[in-house]
Amino acid sequence: MIRLGPKYVPLLATAIVLLAVFGMGSLFYPNFGTPRVIVNLLNDMAFVGIAAVGESFVILSGGIDLSVGSMIAFVGILIARLLQAGCDPFLAMAIALCVGVLAGSVMGCLIHFFDLPPFLMTLAGLFCLRGLGFVIYPESIGIDHPFYSQVLPQLSVLIAPKAVLPFTAMCFLAAVAIGSFLGSFTRFGRNVYAIGSNENSARLMGVPIGQTKIVTYALAGFFSALAGIVATFYMQSGNPASFVGLELDAIASVVIGGTLLTGGVGFIPGTLMGVLILGLIQQIIIFNGTLNSWWTKIVIGVLLLVFIVLQKFISRRRAGIGA
Amino acid sequence: MIDWVSDLLFWLVFGVVLFSLRGKRIFWTVGALGLLLLFNQFFTPGFFHIQVLGGHLYGSRLDVLNQGAKVMLLSLGMVLVIATGGVDLSVGAVMAIAAAVSSRLLVTEHQPPGIAIAVALLISILAGAWNGLLVAGFGIQPIVATLVLMVAGRGIAQLITEGQIINFLDPTMVYLGNGHLFGLPFTLTLVLAMLLLTYLMVRGTALGLFIESVGDNDEASRYAGINAKQVKLLVYTFSGFCAGLAGLVACSNIRSADANNIGLYLELDAILAVVIGGTSLSGGRFYLVGAVIGGLFIQTLTTTFYARNVSSDISPVPKALVIIAVCLFQAEAFRKRFGQLFLPIWEVLKPIRTRFHLSPAERHDTPRP
Repeated sequence: MIRLGPKYVPLLATAIVLLAVFGMGSLFYPNFGTPRVIVNLLNDMAFVGIAAVGESFVILSGGIDLSVGSMIAFVGILIARLLQAGCDPFLAMAIALCVGVLAGSVMGCLIHFFDLPPFLMTLAGLFCLRGLGFVIYPESIGIDHPFYSQVLPQLSVLIAPKAVLPFTAMCFLAAVAIGSFLGSFTRFGRNVYAIGSNENSARLMGVPIGQTKIVTYALAGFFSALAGIVATFYMQSGNPASFVGLELDAIASVVIGGTLLTGGVGFIPGTLMGVLILGLIQQIIIFNGTLNSWWTKIVIGVLLLVFIVLQKFISRRRAGIGA
Repeated sequence: MIDWVSDLLFWLVFGVVLFSLRGKRIFWTVGALGLLLLFNQFFTPGFFHIQVLGGHLYGSRLDVLNQGAKVMLLSLGMVLVIATGGVDLSVGAVMAIAAAVSSRLLVTEHQPPGIAIAVALLISILAGAWNGLLVAGFGIQPIVATLVLMVAGRGIAQLITEGQIINFLDPTMVYLGNGHLFGLPFTLTLVLAMLLLTYLMVRGTALGLFIESVGDNDEASRYAGINAKQVKLLVYTFSGFCAGLAGLVACSNIRSADANNIGLYLELDAILAVVIGGTSLSGGRFYLVGAVIGGLFIQTLTTTFYARNVSSDISPVPKALVIIAVCLFQAEAFRKRFGQLFLPIWEVLKPIRTRFHLSPAERHDTPRP
């Protein structure tokens, strides 16, 4: 029998929950297990998922990013307004990504150079971006650029009969792939894990703390902005008042995906599974028809609790072995 | 004419209060509030206008006191939680639960208002105790433990209201958030009573000292014979109670329970109020009155935007700048790095500083009450 290290146990638990939720859905509802539903799931969860990948890095480094939802709304209205003014869509997206990286780096710099709590600094980011979105344009703007109406639908791929993988889902999977590579196979990824496990030891080992932290927040800003772009593909509009509280969904899927909120333990593919669990719960509630949407929040809360207690148990056992 | 006299009187009292606080930590919080009010005195027409209608006083400053009651109540519970080195993210959701429970009992179940309020407060206390159990009993990181209720709480509140917005007209419940006592908003009395109660609880007994020692060093205070778990359980339970009260005031204000929006982002305001009040997020020494004045500061800022016709959508931006500014001024690293820049000004002000005992060295050495 293969022995699993303790750091893989939460990941395994996430996989089991994912299979159980999916199995339950397929058992109760005949059309649940079809490729079409899975494709829809990837499409619906795409922007939450991309934001969660960025959030994973921040949480792995021992911080937290609350500005995700506001960033997505801000980027949405920014792109919609730029397109309305006759801007090229690729230029608009490039500007959006630059804004995301810039906002992330500013927060990272404040957190690192002045040793300020990430919680409060990204909270300031949340407020700032939410307000600035309304400064750009106070109402929802529809996007009717030919790129959105004609080019985007052609970018989807038929992967199975009656199941078209849209471009948004591809962006999501690509983000997870890039995130997994960055997290597990690069020097930057190892530095993030080192800082999240123990910042002092990491410093003593010569890990560049400041550089890594700022890049982590910039990366989270980049992924949030990317999520904002994907959200405009999905919504075909930009609205400064949208996605309030999305950061909670992102954080919840990271934790359900087996990442320790204290940092240092977790994997990006786990986040993918966490996001899918969140989406499956919503799908089941839609399939059921009689359950109300607020059950989603309660189920997510219960799952959060289960995973947090599980992680506590694992880390306590590991600490016991160490002592 | 009357306005002019009352303004002068107000500033006289404010000046005396500020002067009597010199050398104390909350001097800076009260001073910031004073600067904001001074700005309004000169640049926001009508902000200082107070009129008497039907024996009650009305005006922007009273709106601040009335609307700020929620954040002030929350900050009372939050400051104790933060003093133990934790944080309570669930207060907004607990507010929604309290509002939902009381409205449902009142409207759907036709219970008298006394029972509705009592049950709502009891359930908020239980919610707080649940957080305390997770933090103290299971040893889970506070930010994570309270996140559970923050996410699930709104779902529970919606379950209680069955997804509806429950409207009520019961006079007792409406009085809670809109009534007047001695010509002033009732909420002011409520906040002052709670402040007095909390003050007596933490400074009248050794509890405040215990809380600070747990926040400073959890392990060391345990070795010193303090039951750290009990202290933590108590502060989270108390925070739940405060959130319940704030929730009742919030739903009374709008005469309805809206599970989606009551208390939304108010946990963040409460944390901000505590930080503005001079308490560090890392725990330890806490400033109860400072937290309440911090809450007042946030509400004054919000009301200033309303009075100056700034769209409520844009108002988060200056709020964000205030958060960053307050955090920077409290940060050791910032003061070290940029202290030299202000050194010449600091030296010029030296005679004034010594005259009014404003030197930082003295302000930390004030004896504990």
